[in-house]
Amino acid sequence: MGITLDPTEPLSEPSPNNPAPAEDAESEPRPGRVRKPIGWSTIIIAVLVAVSAGLVWRRDGTDGVLEILTHDLSLFGGILPRVLAGCLLGAFISEILPHEKVSRSLGPKSGLMGLLIGTAFGAILPGGPFTAYPVASALLAVGADFGATIAMVVSWTLIGYGRAVAWEIPIMGTDFTLWRILISLPLPVLAGALGRFVYVRIYPQPAAKDDEN
Amino acid sequence: MSAALLIDILLWGSVFGVGLIAFRRGPPVFKASLREGSMDFINIVPRIALGVIGSGYIAAIIPQEVITGWLGPDSGWLGVATAVVAGAATPGGPVIGFSIGTVALKSGGGVPQVVAYVVAWALFAFQRVILWEIPFMPARFVWFRCVVSVPFPFAAAAIAMVIGKP
Repeated sequence: MGITLDPTEPLSEPSPNNPAPAEDAESEPRPGRVRKPIGWSTIIIAVLVAVSAGLVWRRDGTDGVLEILTHDLSLFGGILPRVLAGCLLGAFISEILPHEKVSRSLGPKSGLMGLLIGTAFGAILPGGPFTAYPVASALLAVGADFGATIAMVVSWTLIGYGRAVAWEIPIMGTDFTLWRILISLPLPVLAGALGRFVYVRIYPQPAAKDDEN
Repeated sequence: MSAALLIDILLWGSVFGVGLIAFRRGPPVFKASLREGSMDFINIVPRIALGVIGSGYIAAIIPQEVITGWLGPDSGWLGVATAVVAGAATPGGPVIGFSIGTVALKSGGGVPQVVAYVVAWALFAFQRVILWEIPFMPARFVWFRCVVSVPFPFAAAAIAMVIGKP
């Protein structure tokens, strides 16, 4: 895996192994992002869905099955453009973020600052799971470590405004939601720190191959 | 819904913003990432389709009442632990998760337990993990993230016990 340099950013620390010069940035293939069209998780879900649909059919008959199908198909149609937006966002972000800079500010040695940046990033990220996970995956691919990425994902789910504004406030009320978010504020950094702590003990080799399964 | 519209505007605005930055780095960068993003999309769609279209069936066979039952006025740490399991096991999307939380709150569930439930749901709801997180992220990361997150619903409940009700 070559290290892509941001041409506008001078290197502040010496880079011992730097095979890819900056002008190669666009021709260089993006690392990671392994695509697995059908994996074991897909099979498990397919089985789960088939069994559930069978149970619904036995309980409610064909009408029950069709009713859920039409509802979920319209849901799917509504989600699709957002999934596309999330994928494009992830792709652009991983293309424009300089790897060197990302691994410095979000990598294994980024310390508390890296966890805080990950947390802030997760909190301001717009959209739902269709944005958060492609972007998190892109961050992993360009050099963020598990700790900072965990902080980002946990921050998105616990203190991100998207779900809170769209669902939690209308259903649970503003008081509960704000109070719950207040309680959650320290959790992303703690989760990221715990992740880092455990990671270096389970995988002592500083891994650059995070994106294989 | 206006909040959903706002989120869509923010989302596409961000796509446009980062796309513009990529474009200013040069058309090859822009084209490469456009192709990458589209390929990711094409590859992900079958799994999203399966998850979204199938999730209605999974939600239909795990009735809300089952989850609500687990969230009774059972106070103390056992109640918190039950709430965490219930959060992970809740099918469906945010409407179901938050509605169950509201029902539990109104029917006498303890506040720390409901906080633990909502936080656990946000962190581990099995349907979101299977449907969204695993397709997009390396599986090794997802499992690692889930295991590392286990203490945090309990931490949230503990904080709730200390600082009191909203």
